Amino acid sequence: MTTRLIFPLLAALMGGGFLWQATDGLRAITAEEARRISVAENPRSVPETYLQAMDGAAIPLLPQKNETVLVEFIYTSCGDICQVAAFDFSEIRDQLALENADVRMISISFDPEQDTPEQLSYYGEAHNADGTLWTVARPVSLSEDQTLSDLLELFGVTVIANEWGGFEHNTAIHLIDENGQFSRVFDTDDVDQVVATVLESS
Amino acid sequence: MMFRYGVAAVFMASAFALSPFVVSDPVLHVLVQIPLLLLSGGLVASRITISKDIAYVYLIIALVTLIYWMLPRSIDAALSSTWYDVAKFVSLPLLVGAPLALSWKHIHPVLRGFLKANAISMLGILAFLYIHAPIRICNSYLVTDQQNLGYGFFFVAIALSLYWSWPLIFGAPTQRPPQRTRSQHLSYEGTSSMSSHPAVD
Repeated sequence: MTTRLIFPLLAALMGGGFLWQATDGLRAITAEEARRISVAENPRSVPETYLQAMDGAAIPLLPQKNETVLVEFIYTSCGDICQVAAFDFSEIRDQLALENADVRMISISFDPEQDTPEQLSYYGEAHNADGTLWTVARPVSLSEDQTLSDLLELFGVTVIANEWGGFEHNTAIHLIDENGQFSRVFDTDDVDQVVATVLESS
Repeated sequence: MMFRYGVAAVFMASAFALSPFVVSDPVLHVLVQIPLLLLSGGLVASRITISKDIAYVYLIIALVTLIYWMLPRSIDAALSSTWYDVAKFVSLPLLVGAPLALSWKHIHPVLRGFLKANAISMLGILAFLYIHAPIRICNSYLVTDQQNLGYGFFFVAIALSLYWSWPLIFGAPTQRPPQRTRSQHLSYEGTSSMSSHPAVD
């Protein structure tokens, strides 16, 4: 009798504990939620990386001095979600500009083959990214596509081709703090939260 | 006996063969490959008898592991990490299919009915969620494929409810008297691990 009670009870407890672990304490059932929790709890060091901006110049990904860097991943021919995300990004830019925040914002293309500096600047023009606070860029060394995949892996961004020659990807705003740590992920429309976090840290 | 193992092996091999294709198709992944793995484990274990005392432990192991593989992040992990993929191939037959088949005959009929009803309603909820979710549930799959998986869940829910309610409406299949004397558990028959009504010899 006791064994018929105790062992299932033990199994249920262990199983419950296992599922608790597997969902980060019932907080994350999708990979995207898990990524956000993982980054917030264990910020990731961003290695020194240079990008080619829309004016052709090389720019560092890492924050300089005490600034904060906001990063989003895009491709310029994107018809829907990147455009919405870009609108949110410009809203964030406007608010941060008003506050004189020490921040740089970079939209990084994960389609560097198509997105030449010329393409990037069309995208920048369309969304009023003039390069002062916000610029559009692509991974610099096209020969080593390793750079791009390393970057995507570090940020936990999955890009898959869709049936119309475009891409689907987990869209978000990524924050690199003044210590060069990738430490927060936000929904792109979480404008107030992003602005508040940047102002707090600068 | 050998036939069962043969079929189980074929299922396992088919699941392996599907691996390159499940990367881009969640329906193939969740509604074909995973069931193949479950069935292969269930087939191998279905004629083995275990003590009633540990049946519920087996059931709990099976349910916990099944819930784990129902998490969208586990499916994503199986696609992005070889280790998780290996874990999927090992755990679905050994920790879900087999223990479910081993414990099923000892489980109280009321609980069996509850589990079946729960499976159907869970599939219904998943169908609704995957068809209407405003977000991408798996980073590895397109939104249109996510919706296809939702419709897949819906059809499986319909199919299972028909399959399980058939005997209630039309009666169980005619049972011929057993042709040999039953020696307790050993001659227990079941066509499949999940079937509720004993099959004919």
